[in-house]
Amino acid sequence: MENLKIGNQVFGSRLFTGTGKFKNNQEMKASLEASGSELVTVALKRVDAKDNNDQLLNSLSHERIRLLPNTSGVRNAREAVFAAQLAREALETNLIKLEIHPDPKYLMPDPVETLKATEELSKLGFIVMPYIHADPVLCKRLEEVGTAAVMPLGSPIGSNKGLKTIDFLEIIIEQANVPVVVDAGIGAPSDASKAMEIGADAVLVNTAIAVSQNPVKMAEAFKLAVEAGRMAFEARLASPVHHAISTSPLTSFLDE
Amino acid sequence: MNSFRQIFDRYHWDTIKTAIYGMKPADVESALHKTDRSIQDFMALVSPAAASYLEPMAQMSHQLTLQRFGKTIQLFAPLYLSNECQNICTYCGFSLDNKLKRKTLNDIEIMKEAKALAGFGFQHVLLVTGEANQTVGVDYIENAIRLLRPKFANISMEVQPMDLPDYQQLIRAGLNTVLVYQETYHQADYKKHHPKGKKSNFDYRLETPDRLGQAGIHKIGLGALIGLEDWRVDSFFVALHLDYLERQYWQTKYSISFPRLRPFSGGLEPKVAMNDKELVQLICAYRLFNSEVELSLSTRETETFRNHAFKLGITSMSAGSKTNPGGYTVDPQSLEQFEISDERSPKQICDILAQKGYEAVWKDWDAVLEGVN
Repeated sequence: MENLKIGNQVFGSRLFTGTGKFKNNQEMKASLEASGSELVTVALKRVDAKDNNDQLLNSLSHERIRLLPNTSGVRNAREAVFAAQLAREALETNLIKLEIHPDPKYLMPDPVETLKATEELSKLGFIVMPYIHADPVLCKRLEEVGTAAVMPLGSPIGSNKGLKTIDFLEIIIEQANVPVVVDAGIGAPSDASKAMEIGADAVLVNTAIAVSQNPVKMAEAFKLAVEAGRMAFEARLASPVHHAISTSPLTSFLDE
Repeated sequence: MNSFRQIFDRYHWDTIKTAIYGMKPADVESALHKTDRSIQDFMALVSPAAASYLEPMAQMSHQLTLQRFGKTIQLFAPLYLSNECQNICTYCGFSLDNKLKRKTLNDIEIMKEAKALAGFGFQHVLLVTGEANQTVGVDYIENAIRLLRPKFANISMEVQPMDLPDYQQLIRAGLNTVLVYQETYHQADYKKHHPKGKKSNFDYRLETPDRLGQAGIHKIGLGALIGLEDWRVDSFFVALHLDYLERQYWQTKYSISFPRLRPFSGGLEPKVAMNDKELVQLICAYRLFNSEVELSLSTRETETFRNHAFKLGITSMSAGSKTNPGGYTVDPQSLEQFEISDERSPKQICDILAQKGYEAVWKDWDAVLEGVN
């Protein structure tokens, strides 16, 4: 499997994970280990940056794992930039998962504010990974202002509904000059496989792992699914054909 | 300007009550089979007919809550700043006609109480006062918020309803959430229970969440005090209120509480009692109606009830609460608002949650997210 590069960061694993919704930090840690994930997102609002003994952060200290702080909770670009700067200082990383969802009900990302914040954060030297709708034009606009990757949603966060936006994801992937990470809505390993098969560079999964009956086992299932999907993509998956192609009624006259 | 009053006026208490009590098992089943439920479905779910569907309701509610909020419960504690009050409320220990000594914390006392709460591990704190604008007005509360901001990640308050500029002032100081319960949506009964003081103005209270939404508050807590009037009808109006607010102020989060009347010094007996099964029914009905709303369970409820019911839709709980100003350390014997029921310490609550496979979340907000240092 090829490595993935985002900004100046190189990843062996293409499964990114989250830290929310677990029953305790031990279970979270065991799941992250089983997932093989090298990039783990953590909500700034859940950690105490002033506390050197923050339990969540301590559970995440693992040589393989890099932290991807996210700005969940902010409602506009101004708040996002402020939060990102604090995250950089507190967690000592330039990576930032930009989440601006002013709608607390469905957590729908605000494209206007996200574009503004991406531009500003890129100028400030951040490796910006914005969470967005599966909007191909927005992806191009984000590339123009220096985004390091795009993270379009498969379906609403936490919904487990899978790749409802697949037609748009395919356009995004076809046009992309930056890595495409499918974020949100991936409910089953088969969804993750599918995303990788169509050419996504990585997926981010949290709820489907954390809320399952056996998060550790589920994490491993996702690991295998992502690897299988990626390998299939690299091996040039054949397109499905819905009918047999045996004769050539339109061109056979050429051989007569 | 739109307000909930216009929606509220389209509904009549007695008509709603008749409709709820007329719901049939088929209405309940129809509500349960949907994934997106209307206010009519909510009426079926709080009806007497739904009582025999409690187990499937609980299972669905548990699953929906798990999906959205995970295996976590947020913990918070109230910090009572004052028990002075100019209102007469028939059900409240702080009522003006309850002739007991009053107490309002000064800066030093506020910080002592804060230190005690922080010592338990709390990062989310709920400021509570009575309504006494001379002593605990907007400026007093702003001062308290500014004192407490460096110590806590999230500050909520449950005080008198205020005007829009007051809310804007407090939000700038770092206020995140305001709880304002209508007590009862039965207008005539509301007047009976609030005969004197500013609180007797039903409309002003009813439109308070609108003012909060206009001020851009992060979260609004709604609720009816259970025991004053028929809880099924009151809960219908809470759900209606929530539905309106979510559409109108779409950037704000919402939470619901369902406080049952508790004994207090000089208090009144509930007019309409609600048993434990009915409370579970209500919690599940709220969750099935709205899978994103936060549901809060306080120490008014018993240990046994809380140990089991928290899994059925709840997202936040208070722990180790004192309902009197200075109750944690400064003046433990001052007049309390009501008697709490679950007296376990925050640590004990944490342990129980852990035993049951849930993580207690102490911190789920940060001032940095408001662009405030």
